[in-house]
Amino acid sequence: MDTIRGSLSIITNGAVLLYLLKGVAFTVIISLTAVVIGLLFGSVLALLRNYCNGRKTRVFKWLAVAYIEIFRNTPLLLWIFVCLVFCPCPEFLGRKMWGLSSAEIKLLFKTAVALILFTSSVIAEIVRGGLNSVAEGQFEAGHSQGFGTVQIMIYIVLPQAYRNIVPTLLSQVITTIKDSSYLANVATIELMARVKKILSSAQKYNGLGTVNVSDVFVLFGFACLIYFAINFTISFFVRNMQKKRKRVVPVRGATG
Amino acid sequence: MAGLFSANAWNKVWIYRGTFLMGLKNTVISAGFGLLLSLCIGIVLGLFATSEKKPLAAVARVYVELVQNTPLLLQMCFLYYALAFSGHGLGILLTGVLSLGIYHGAYVAEVVRAGIEAVPKGQFEAAFSQGFGYLGRMYYIILPQSIKVILPPMVNQVVNIFKNTSCLYIVGGADLISTTYSFVTGENTGGAYAPAYLISGLLFFIVCCPLSSLASMWEISLKRREDRSGRTDRKRSERVA
Repeated sequence: MDTIRGSLSIITNGAVLLYLLKGVAFTVIISLTAVVIGLLFGSVLALLRNYCNGRKTRVFKWLAVAYIEIFRNTPLLLWIFVCLVFCPCPEFLGRKMWGLSSAEIKLLFKTAVALILFTSSVIAEIVRGGLNSVAEGQFEAGHSQGFGTVQIMIYIVLPQAYRNIVPTLLSQVITTIKDSSYLANVATIELMARVKKILSSAQKYNGLGTVNVSDVFVLFGFACLIYFAINFTISFFVRNMQKKRKRVVPVRGATG
Repeated sequence: MAGLFSANAWNKVWIYRGTFLMGLKNTVISAGFGLLLSLCIGIVLGLFATSEKKPLAAVARVYVELVQNTPLLLQMCFLYYALAFSGHGLGILLTGVLSLGIYHGAYVAEVVRAGIEAVPKGQFEAAFSQGFGYLGRMYYIILPQSIKVILPPMVNQVVNIFKNTSCLYIVGGADLISTTYSFVTGENTGGAYAPAYLISGLLFFIVCCPLSSLASMWEISLKRREDRSGRTDRKRSERVA
């Protein structure tokens, strides 16, 4: 019983709790940043892969294909390690920010770059699925109304494509939140890493002088709970959205 | 570029090629047995999820939600440390196999469920009316029809499980990524970053790229065939009308 009480006292300790909750904030911020930048970069990649079919522009298509396939078929951890060595870090980041040391900020930047690069390859494929789901007639209709190719993309095709992929993108947010735990392998910034760090010095916090099984259960259980709460909320939204869409789609099909 | 063009660094990688091969072997082993375990879990839970008994469906639902909404890394750490601190440590590879199986089991369960649900309801009723028992119905009627829906995403799961073996790094690692990392940071072998990462990335790519291309092409052709048959169905019904 004492060990369990000791373990529980770890997460009721204000300082530890604050440390972990900051980790949660970093997890969410890193993942959202990765998805947002990944969406921009991924859209560019998807457009290049889908529509650069001219003789001169074909090289961009193959570059996009190579990028997407290379990143999709290798693990994220490899890219984190690669970015640790090869990713240049701008000078102005080498200082203390948000309660992290300058070394941690640099690590955060490099690993976030890896996560963004990896996520954008996945999102590129999602966007491509969205682009392919837009009916061919939309292009013809746009052309017949005198739109240029760029205008068709911006005003007609992309809005419909994005609309179609909203649920998939939200699921990708879940995946990215889970993937961000890979950052725990190299730095102590986000939730997973911080939980692991607390566990490694649990004897200091539980007042018993030793690390026990109950510490493992309490700390990792706490992390599981937080991840589950965040991700389940998103997946709940996604499911509701898909249910609603299923009801809407046939109507749209009938009218258009 | 940390030795991308230095013959010395490439030479080092060549001398220590055994490290990479051992890592690849461990990755293949843990992915392979993890896949077997995930198939066992996934098929049972997929059948649970589609069964008419509410408690069984609930069990499958809870398992899938719990596992899919928490990171594999966390599950692996949880399992490893819980076993280690209670004095039942299983070793890195076995822990890896177990947690990979548990994690991907949830995904396989969803794939199997989707496959079974893709079979029209009339097929179940027809089988029932012909006096098939549960197993006979599933094996002779449902499985042959759902297998073509199940297989393409299953190939994707193989790719994912192969990539996810890199999670073993956090519990001490024996897989390809971990051995590569200990190679480039090792005292005698360190420094050959670019060649080592290139090689291990290439090994992953060689295994994963054909599989994931196969999966996506399979999916596309399946969808096209469905569209075509859907269209002919519609035409036929229009003609009848």
